[in-house]
Amino acid sequence: MPQTSAETGTGATEDTAFEIAVSTRNISKNFGDVEALNDLSLEFPLGQLTSLLGPSGCGKTTLLKIIAGLLEPTSGEVEVNGQKVTGPGPDRAFVFQDFALLPWASVIRNVAFGLELRGVARSEREAVAESYIKQVGLAGFENAYPHELSGGMRQRVGLARALAVDAEVLLMDEPFSAVDEQTRRKFQEDLLGLVQNQNKTFIFVTHSIEEAVYVSDQVAILLPRPSRVSEIIRPSSFRGKGVDNIRRDPEYLDIVDEIWTSLRRYVE
Amino acid sequence: MMNRSLTLKVLSAVILFGAWEIAGHIPVSFAFPTFLESMGALMRMMGDGTMLDAYAETLRPLAVGIAISAFLGIALGIWVGLSRFFDWLFSPIFIVMQAAPLAALIPLLVLAYGIGLTSKVLVVCIMAMPVIVLNTAGAVRNTPDSIKEMGRSYLATDLDVILKIIIPAASPVIFAGLRLGISAGFIGAILAELKITPTGVGDIITYSRSIADYPSMYAAIFSIILLAVLFLNLLERIEAVLFKGNQRGYASD
Amino acid sequence: MTLLGYRLPGMSSLIIWGLLWETVGQSGLTFFIPPLSEVVATLFSVIGTDAFQKALAETAYAFFVGVLSAICIGIPTGILMGKNRLLDELLLPWVNVFLSAPLTALVPVLMVLFGFGMRAIIITTTLFAIWIIILNARAGVKQINRSLVDMARSFGASPIDAFFKVYLWAALPEILGGIRIGIIRAVKGVIIGQLLISIVGFGALFELYAANFLMGHFWAVLIVLFALAFTISEILAYLERRVSYYAAKR
Repeated sequence: MPQTSAETGTGATEDTAFEIAVSTRNISKNFGDVEALNDLSLEFPLGQLTSLLGPSGCGKTTLLKIIAGLLEPTSGEVEVNGQKVTGPGPDRAFVFQDFALLPWASVIRNVAFGLELRGVARSEREAVAESYIKQVGLAGFENAYPHELSGGMRQRVGLARALAVDAEVLLMDEPFSAVDEQTRRKFQEDLLGLVQNQNKTFIFVTHSIEEAVYVSDQVAILLPRPSRVSEIIRPSSFRGKGVDNIRRDPEYLDIVDEIWTSLRRYVE
Repeated sequence: MMNRSLTLKVLSAVILFGAWEIAGHIPVSFAFPTFLESMGALMRMMGDGTMLDAYAETLRPLAVGIAISAFLGIALGIWVGLSRFFDWLFSPIFIVMQAAPLAALIPLLVLAYGIGLTSKVLVVCIMAMPVIVLNTAGAVRNTPDSIKEMGRSYLATDLDVILKIIIPAASPVIFAGLRLGISAGFIGAILAELKITPTGVGDIITYSRSIADYPSMYAAIFSIILLAVLFLNLLERIEAVLFKGNQRGYASD
Repeated sequence: MTLLGYRLPGMSSLIIWGLLWETVGQSGLTFFIPPLSEVVATLFSVIGTDAFQKALAETAYAFFVGVLSAICIGIPTGILMGKNRLLDELLLPWVNVFLSAPLTALVPVLMVLFGFGMRAIIITTTLFAIWIIILNARAGVKQINRSLVDMARSFGASPIDAFFKVYLWAALPEILGGIRIGIIRAVKGVIIGQLLISIVGFGALFELYAANFLMGHFWAVLIVLFALAFTISEILAYLERRVSYYAAKR
């Protein structure tokens, strides 16, 4: 059975104690008169993938950007590894929905861009970039330009760039929403591998219920107006059954169904 | 059919110049020489060095004016594009300048700066600057937010964001503005030579008109238009090579 | 731009520049820049004079005739180019040439061919405006969505119906855009024509003021001209927005 904790407050993850990598405390964010987030608290366990799932307008991307340090919360605070977040930092890397590649730069320069900004010497950063380009399966495209790549390949570049800076936390903002269905499935499988091998903490924003349940160790469901965490779901049984079997696992199907039931009244 | 587009270009040139030739033979006006007469005059003037001297004279205010406009215009444009305050302060001036017939300032410039090089350079500048500033500012302002955000999230300093993200992202539009500015600069340079003092190509045009040597006059006009068009075409080619794919690749298909 | 929480209107900084102008003028720094207040006072006295009204009337006449002919010739030419490939390939190179060519160089030719008067100025105005109008009308017709054309045909529209009920409207945003830029160019063209053929309109007026060192008069006329040009361009931009609301949604 899935462990469910339905509450809005501290987001404590039951009695199973995990080491917490990222925590947000009482975050509120207003854009002018519009309240995007209201007193939101959540904890993200180390080495796991947590999804932020919810209908559009629930503030999930806003929360991610606050964690990234790209937006400042109106009140509340974010801690990463016990350090208070005041802005973007080397401990977090961001993967963008629209890839955010530099169109005038080759794949290798794009992947090495984070290191370039940190002042890493050219030969060194290109060596690092090259290994990550290989790892995401783009070997041979080092000198290609973004417009020569398909959408899926562009996001692989974005992913390699995020991996190359070797941050402990990967923030992914609907990373697969702009790629086609088959590519997305492949990405999701690869992502499970990454979570397993990289020992990084992943925070993953998505609006796809199936995607959230498929890739996550923990799904936080956000509801709009007022924005809040409605529940946290931890799928327990199907994670170890192999990527091919997850989608027909009864627990997977149950969770997807259950989330849809609770979200459907917020759709239109 | 080996190359339809090239064949048609040649054909269309033949038709136009043929029509010119025929109109010159009718003649439609005493002041309308034939195409071949004009080309003859052009060859003669190129042969005896008249043209070379004239262009050395004409291109000087143009080159100086364009250099000043490009340098100041791009710097100001970047500044205006980055800062809300300077946008508020400067944009209206350039928007008005862009819409206004700035040529009307020429008599005033002549009064203030005389009939020398300064006035002519200023004419080129006032014609070329507005479009360069406005294009640069617009391009800087329109840099996609997501790549600026990307820069910040990967710890770029403000200077990094400007130098490594905003300026490269804006450079195709800046370059296009420069091309439009040069096109306007040509208009200004010739206007200055016709209106202020006849020098260079303007002198050939004015002088040959006064002695009714119409083939030379048409030849001079033909040459300056040809030069401007060839130069601007060259810039466009350079642009295409330089910024290949730069505008694409933002989209997330 | 906001100040103390209030949004400053877009063009409000011109007030600052006006104040700067007044200060420079008052300081007597240069003879060529009289104080703005003096210029404005002159402006009201100049507007009433016969010389100014004659110049304005002549300029307006040349401008309207020039623009009208540019529109009447330009739009059909552009539409034909968009529809007929051969015509397009024959004409397009020349349209592009004249679009970027320094047309000022052609004014002396117009002067000897059409005389030192109104006709040459009208043709200069037309020459400045027409190329962009052609090019935009062509682009407008070319971008018409293929499925819109198929729709018209599948519902049995006759070619004339299809043209007036579908193509013209589908291309309208581009056509209007072309007319707007064409008119802004025409304003510049009509002034350049008058400066070079300086015996009519504002060209003559400028010569008169410059010869008599009437700086206040000069600036006053410049302000009127710039304000008119700016107003025309803003009105056109407004109209274009009104009509082009669907341009982005096609």
